[in-house]
Amino acid sequence: MTTRQRGRRLSARDRTTLTLMAGVPTILTVALVWLPALASVVLSFASWPGIGGVQNIHWVGLQNYRDIFSIYPPFHPALEHNLLWLVVFFCVPAPLGLFLAVQLDKQIRFSRLYQSVLFMPVVLSLALVGFMTELIFSPTQGLINNLTGHTQGSSVIDWLGNPNLNIWAVLVMACWRQTGYVMIMYLAGLKSVDPSLKEAASLDGASGWQTFRHVVWPALRPINVVVLVITVIESLRAFDIVYVINRGTDGLELLSVLVTDNIIGEASRIGFGSALATILLVISMAFIVPYLVTVFRKDSRT
Amino acid sequence: MTTSLLSSPRRAASERDGAKPVRRTRAARIALHVFLAGTCLVWIAPLLYAFYTALRPYADTQRLGYVSVGGHYGFGNFTAAWTQAQLPQYFLNSLIITVPALVLTLWLASMVAFVVSRYSFRINVALLMLFTAGNLLPQQALITPLYKLYQLVPLPTWLASSGKLDDSFVGLILVHVAFQTGFCAFVMSNYMRTLPAELGEAAIIDGASSWRYYWQIIMPLCRPVLGALATLEFTWIYNDFFWATVLMQTGANRPITAALNNLSGEFFVNNNLISAAALMVAVPTLVVFFALQKQFVSGLTLGSAKG
Amino acid sequence: MARSSAELDGLSRRSLLRFAALGAGAAGLAPFLAACASGGTTTATDAKTVTFGSNAAVPEPKGAYQSLFAQAKKDIGLGVDVNWVDHNTFQQNISTYLQGNPQDVFNWFAGERMQFFAGQGLLHEVDDVWATIGANYTDAMKAQSKGSDGHYYFVPFDYYPWAVYYSKSLWQAKGYTEPTTWDEFIALAKKMKSDSLIPIAFTDKDGWPAMGTFDYLNMRMNGFDFHINLMRKGDQWNTPQVKAVFDQWAQLLPYYSPGALGLTWQEGAQQLLGQQAGMMVLGLDQIGTIFTGAKAADLGFFAFPEIDPQHGQDSVEAPIDGFMMSASPKNHTGAVKLLQYLGTAKSQQFWLGSNPADIATANGVDTAKYTQAQTASVALIQKAANISQFMDRDTRPDFADPVMIPAIQQFLNNPGDVGSIISSIDKQAKSIWASNG
Repeated sequence: MTTRQRGRRLSARDRTTLTLMAGVPTILTVALVWLPALASVVLSFASWPGIGGVQNIHWVGLQNYRDIFSIYPPFHPALEHNLLWLVVFFCVPAPLGLFLAVQLDKQIRFSRLYQSVLFMPVVLSLALVGFMTELIFSPTQGLINNLTGHTQGSSVIDWLGNPNLNIWAVLVMACWRQTGYVMIMYLAGLKSVDPSLKEAASLDGASGWQTFRHVVWPALRPINVVVLVITVIESLRAFDIVYVINRGTDGLELLSVLVTDNIIGEASRIGFGSALATILLVISMAFIVPYLVTVFRKDSRT
Repeated sequence: MTTSLLSSPRRAASERDGAKPVRRTRAARIALHVFLAGTCLVWIAPLLYAFYTALRPYADTQRLGYVSVGGHYGFGNFTAAWTQAQLPQYFLNSLIITVPALVLTLWLASMVAFVVSRYSFRINVALLMLFTAGNLLPQQALITPLYKLYQLVPLPTWLASSGKLDDSFVGLILVHVAFQTGFCAFVMSNYMRTLPAELGEAAIIDGASSWRYYWQIIMPLCRPVLGALATLEFTWIYNDFFWATVLMQTGANRPITAALNNLSGEFFVNNNLISAAALMVAVPTLVVFFALQKQFVSGLTLGSAKG
Repeated sequence: MARSSAELDGLSRRSLLRFAALGAGAAGLAPFLAACASGGTTTATDAKTVTFGSNAAVPEPKGAYQSLFAQAKKDIGLGVDVNWVDHNTFQQNISTYLQGNPQDVFNWFAGERMQFFAGQGLLHEVDDVWATIGANYTDAMKAQSKGSDGHYYFVPFDYYPWAVYYSKSLWQAKGYTEPTTWDEFIALAKKMKSDSLIPIAFTDKDGWPAMGTFDYLNMRMNGFDFHINLMRKGDQWNTPQVKAVFDQWAQLLPYYSPGALGLTWQEGAQQLLGQQAGMMVLGLDQIGTIFTGAKAADLGFFAFPEIDPQHGQDSVEAPIDGFMMSASPKNHTGAVKLLQYLGTAKSQQFWLGSNPADIATANGVDTAKYTQAQTASVALIQKAANISQFMDRDTRPDFADPVMIPAIQQFLNNPGDVGSIISSIDKQAKSIWASNG
């Protein structure tokens, strides 16, 4: 990376080209993502039903934040569930996705078939995944309880309604989807690992593990950053499966659901919901920014 | 270096190794296949089960329970869903939204990624942060200000019958592009970083413009990542119904995912019918995956600059 | 369609450059396609057409509305141009919908749920409609159609009662009789349990079905006025009265379906239909979709039992569905005409057709065409001194689901925690009511 082009060597025309190339997407993102986001942060200090113009906005200072931390019962469970989600996503789909990608990257038969099957959960819509969850975990109609004979009376295992149990049922489905997602990113990343390096390593008699450890893994660093980011994003933005099951109540609270409950809906508490969104944003940043800063700083120094 | 050159040393190497390692390799391969096949079976089981259910009429599963055999089997739910939910019309809506949004997203993101990964401008890290962090924002947090903004932006009526960015296809496409560009730019910049720096030097020596460097040298090498991203982005944009339900008030212009909701009433939900419809809705995403799979499976062209 | 799928093939086969060029073409094409496709729904401006925003995209009520509007064209010469949206989406996006380009007339509900939007200035009053249809409705219906400013904003169309439903054939076989008091109710539940039935099918994965039981307990124990004030003002949650309601409720929990919080109301209704369960507190609109065909005649119900003789069984929960007019309709005259038409027994009966799960709101419907359950529903409601809507229609929308669903579910999990649950509801209610809007 030492010889990346320096800005000053560029012609005026190249400079214009590059400015346009980076500028147009930047303007679009700033206008449609960052401006609304900043507006949300500002609105988090207000009380506003979202109806009518700005004249209906009442400024309430930190009231929304105070309410969230003091009298809003779903907030703490939601925070815990999001963190649990994060831990599980780090421990299961991330390594499993990597493992599967490495296996599928070998020139084996049926590789594309395996890939397709493993990736399939990623493409299925919310409605279908919700229905599948129901089919598998419903206390009386579900596959698991029927196969294990837990459908009658007190023997019923309430996979969806027991607030201590249902988060795990949901996490099973979430991991089922996430693994294929991680796998596909690693598969794309593995293609950028110079194959001749692997050849060289195996010629030197290195075992599969050694090759992976010393050749493949270091080369995957850029993709590891991507996987880290998607793991954090997906666990903090997790939403759809819990929402289909019971709209994210009764043991399935998540921050994104709380934001939705308060912002989208028949009547909105835009200020309160925005405050929740701002908290979610700050937490995401706390995970991602320090890591990105170190990664990029290291990168620009080398 | 070509594909055949790359793969030949591997074959030669395994021939040179003695009989023992070959046997061990074969055993390992079989174990690997058993493992992968088993995993795939577990992975696909819920889908097969949903398909099985979709083949049965609602009345039968209500009478016999979902975990049962017997009653009628057939494609009645599929044909009913196809006509009741007017799937063809909504498929068209989804294509009108998804295809331009996908192409624009990848194009814009690749340009940003190119600038931040192949040049050392001081602003690069900040720029990349702007895009990456933008992707972290929860959609729900943006929707109210965005909706108000969309109400204010006029569009000519030949572009949108609503006369506004709100309730128009253009508005939906733009919000998808804006929201997804961040993630794609982030992934692609990471990928482009791994391409050898010599490519840039060669481009300078040849006197190629920045545009040619981007379009003719870097982009062709990005096929695996473009393939992976196109698959994911197609899935996300196509499966979205959050933006669509808030920013598109005309029911008939909503995408197919919203049409699925047309099958569930105020209280009564025929899950078998919805399952059948949802399976049909998933077909395009699977087709796109199969079509683009080649892009990131055949990543061997990567070696081109190293020969 | 053909063009687009060709492009998709192109992604895989052709070179990257070609793919990008094609894509750019597609991007350029989008507005054109968009313009074509959005031609499907035209905005009606002529005086002969009224636009209508419907929450009934699902085939069953959609068909009934389509034939009703076809009939309206014959009867009053008015075309109705409908924007069909599914129920949940319509409901969730009502406030953005009403602020955008809403249709002239649209589906909505009575109660606080209507008044809230009237208060926001998003509705047009319909006093001139009521000048014509007033005679068709009872005073209770009129009261449910007015905003807090005294103007009419709503035209009732159909409604249905909440009650305790059961399978007649099962009860006949077991020799059960309808209880009228709480003690009889509990004794019956006990008997059913000893007969190895689930006494009360109760399922609350959806969150809202439990609200019906709360409403009835509160109205039976504390009276209609207390209940409706609690719903509208939200300032009495942390009181001995409300605590008593939850404590009374706790007596029922042993008789509920196992795994209640993991089951949908449909699974509960299925327990009733399959005669595994003895009774269920639900609305006719829901249970009526499960007891269909030959089973329709097997559906029996009784009023929620009396708890305090002072209040007896004087209140019925009967949610009313109907129509409202958006703030600035494009065809006001036509909208008034359509609403006047919809507020008649004739149009309501036409719409009801063979629908056994609802009853008409206007007087003068030919009740001979009703099913047994419908006739009994009419009798139940006519006997009642007060009609409530349902918790999510009688209280603020920003309070009902976000606060009450989790609170009730928490109670069902920890019935011993009532004190802290109602104190938490109370704090949230005060904060929400104190905020504007």
